[in-house]
Amino acid sequence: MARARAAAKPGGKTTKPDAKTGKDDLLGYYRDMLLIRRFEERAGQLYGMGLIGGFCHLYIGQEAIAVGVQAIKKPGDQVITGYRDHGHMLACGMDPREVMAELTGRAGGSSHGKGGSMHMFSTAADFYGGHGIVGAQVSLGTGLAMANRYRNTGNVSFTYFGDGAANQGQVYESFNMAELWRLPVVYVIENNQYAMGTSIERSSAETELFRRGASFRIPGEVVDGMDVIAVRDAAAKAAEHARAGEGPYILEMKTYRYRGHSMSDPAKYRTREEVDEVRKTRDPIEHLQELMARQGVADDAALKAIDADVKRIVADAAEFARTSPEPDPSELYTDVYLEAAR
Amino acid sequence: MTDILMPALSPTMEEGTLAKWHVKKGDAVKSGDIIAEIETDKATMEVEAVDEGVVEDILVAEGTEAVKVNTPIARLAGEGASAAAPAEPTAKANGAAASDAPEEQPAAEAKAPPTGEGPAAVTPAEPLRDPELPQGATLTKVTVRDALRDAMAEEMRRDESVFLMGEEVAQYQGAYKVSRGLLDEFGERRVIDTPITEHGFTGLGVGAAMAGLKPIVEFMTWNFAMQAIDQIINSAAKTLYMSGGQIRCSIVLRGPNGAASRVAAQHSHDYSSWYANVPGLKVVAPYDAADAKGLLKAAIRDPNPVVFLEHEMLYGVEFDVPDVDDWIVPIGKAKVRRTGADVTITAHSRMVGLALKAAEELAAEGIEAEVIDLRTLRPLDHETVVESVKKTGRLVTAEEGWGSMGVGAEVIARVLEHAFDYLDAPPARVCQEDVPLPYAANLEVLSLPSVEKIVQAAKAVSYR
Ligand SMILES: Cc1ncc(C[n+]2csc(CCOP(=O)(O)OP(=O)(O)O)c2C)c(N)n1
Ligand SMILES: [Mg+2]
Repeated sequence: MARARAAAKPGGKTTKPDAKTGKDDLLGYYRDMLLIRRFEERAGQLYGMGLIGGFCHLYIGQEAIAVGVQAIKKPGDQVITGYRDHGHMLACGMDPREVMAELTGRAGGSSHGKGGSMHMFSTAADFYGGHGIVGAQVSLGTGLAMANRYRNTGNVSFTYFGDGAANQGQVYESFNMAELWRLPVVYVIENNQYAMGTSIERSSAETELFRRGASFRIPGEVVDGMDVIAVRDAAAKAAEHARAGEGPYILEMKTYRYRGHSMSDPAKYRTREEVDEVRKTRDPIEHLQELMARQGVADDAALKAIDADVKRIVADAAEFARTSPEPDPSELYTDVYLEAAR
Repeated sequence: MTDILMPALSPTMEEGTLAKWHVKKGDAVKSGDIIAEIETDKATMEVEAVDEGVVEDILVAEGTEAVKVNTPIARLAGEGASAAAPAEPTAKANGAAASDAPEEQPAAEAKAPPTGEGPAAVTPAEPLRDPELPQGATLTKVTVRDALRDAMAEEMRRDESVFLMGEEVAQYQGAYKVSRGLLDEFGERRVIDTPITEHGFTGLGVGAAMAGLKPIVEFMTWNFAMQAIDQIINSAAKTLYMSGGQIRCSIVLRGPNGAASRVAAQHSHDYSSWYANVPGLKVVAPYDAADAKGLLKAAIRDPNPVVFLEHEMLYGVEFDVPDVDDWIVPIGKAKVRRTGADVTITAHSRMVGLALKAAEELAAEGIEAEVIDLRTLRPLDHETVVESVKKTGRLVTAEEGWGSMGVGAEVIARVLEHAFDYLDAPPARVCQEDVPLPYAANLEVLSLPSVEKIVQAAKAVSYR
């Protein structure tokens, strides 16, 4: 590995205790991140029981990103991502029952069991998927922004992708058009340092991904993706830029996935110590708890109540996902085509 | 109180060894704590607690082998712990894991997937001698995965212009472990990890081939080659012709094709008919390990671009491979895998196993099926099929992909052209239902071709 590791020490801005953020907001972020973490742990468990099949990519470790961006998302702003999508859907406010039941492939799932873990959608929550092909969502998300510009909605498309996806050609074709046409899109790169078993140093000539828009004149910045406040503030600035008609913006979120790429990843490409170190020193949920303590707004009773509430929601979602029936066989041939309007 | 259950590492894992306990009776655990290690034939995984509580009892002792999935292994006492819940397997990050655990491989290899119609590694009742098989050659059991690896290794030893590139092929030893050991033997110059940039690295491969090298480009799966299909068709397939024979492109494009297990529409596509449509390409889709090895070696030596379609569900299946020095199976020859006088069934890749199983069931009902493994889709060896139909008068085609404009459609068209008068019934196609492959377990089973569907079709064309 030739290049220095940017991984361990995020170069991005980190928040200081912040008087502007009210206690309710902080508790809200805490709740949303905890919901994702507990949901994902439960999903892992259901996978272990054989209730979830195929590929299942957990978001544990990266919770601050989806939650921080969601905090400044306006109604009608779209969200689109890859296959590591459960966290974004929960952050968007999709019903955990529907998400979990899609993981188990049941009729109660958001795609009636036909999409599964990697392919979920909710137009009601402005969530455009859930895409299994690495990089595809980048052009699609840019297209969502094109529609926003076309209709003059004032909305922004938050287009998420990984450090591995950042090398796909269509990303750069999209960057060019996005800047050329000043499309309202915020590219959120979730740099968790690895694409499957390949570290970013082994796949990328330029590892500072926020610079990847430079030759298209797209501004970019690096953000501590383990700090929900830093994520939120960076997203606010980027979205404002896009909404004001200034065009796209790139946010490189430095983050880390705690779990394997998908469920059975023997993880020989990194050490247990590396994972433990991040968990111990950079965990986004603990980070927020510390922030609340420093600001003197940590309220043990409130946190306990949230823990209990989240636990109940996740248990309920799992139960729903387990007991929801399989889709009716007649569903096999639905939703292949729409009837053409006459 | 919660029972902690033996977790599965994949939906098809059935049992494992409880290698080690990290907790003992009386210990308090919270979610995320590592409580045990389990081992399977594929990997060692750490088990994390999901619920919090105190370990009330250890139900399965350390070192116990063959613990069935979902067996209670420990009991937790704690608040809110109610339903039985398996502990959560997580990747063991300390390198002790077996090297043989493909990351994106949900299906246990040789075991039947949950659909109950797994890779059917059926050896025909009377194995036919391969005409190419040298007299007296001994046979060794080899998995399709290792047969493919051996083919690449042998050709790389033989010809220094052969090299392998693709995502995770080197350090990770292949996403499905097909390239295991190649980096060690051939080094970084010849076994090359690429970024996730299919369009780009395929173009590089085609360009290198135009300059006279002989690249093997691995696609993690053929689904991802759609990013690269322009280079495969517009550059690799057509340039020899457009250059009046000057520019050559000896390249092998290979990887798993078709449906694995529960990976849904974007990861389950069968591209057989797509590539087989294109002049300038050769398209090969082997079933067993001997063909996988012999055809891959032939493909690497072929001066043309060869699309080599493998099947994930067959990787872990063992077959006999002749123990000879240079085992080559010629491209363009179908193989009769079972003889029968009543109905001809054509198939390729994984469907061959299903067709052979169907033939056994049909035999039990007095219908003798002749099963033809097409092996190569372009050029298609229709002579072998036509000869068979002249004898049986009945034809069923089996393929995993969609029927419309498919491989079966082509086989039937050729039979109509060459043996119309011999047919005693309209031919039948067995194929995937005409919808994107659904994720839900029950719908997936309904969608995919099965032994049952082949049996039904064979009976229908036999008016039985
Ligand atoms: C076009 C394409 N190529 C390969 C794959 C297989 N694949 C799935 S995820 C992945 C790694 C992506 O890594 P990254 O973009 O960093 O996202 P992360 O998984 O870290 O969230 C690969 C190679 C795919 N799904 N699509
Ligand atoms: Mg990544």
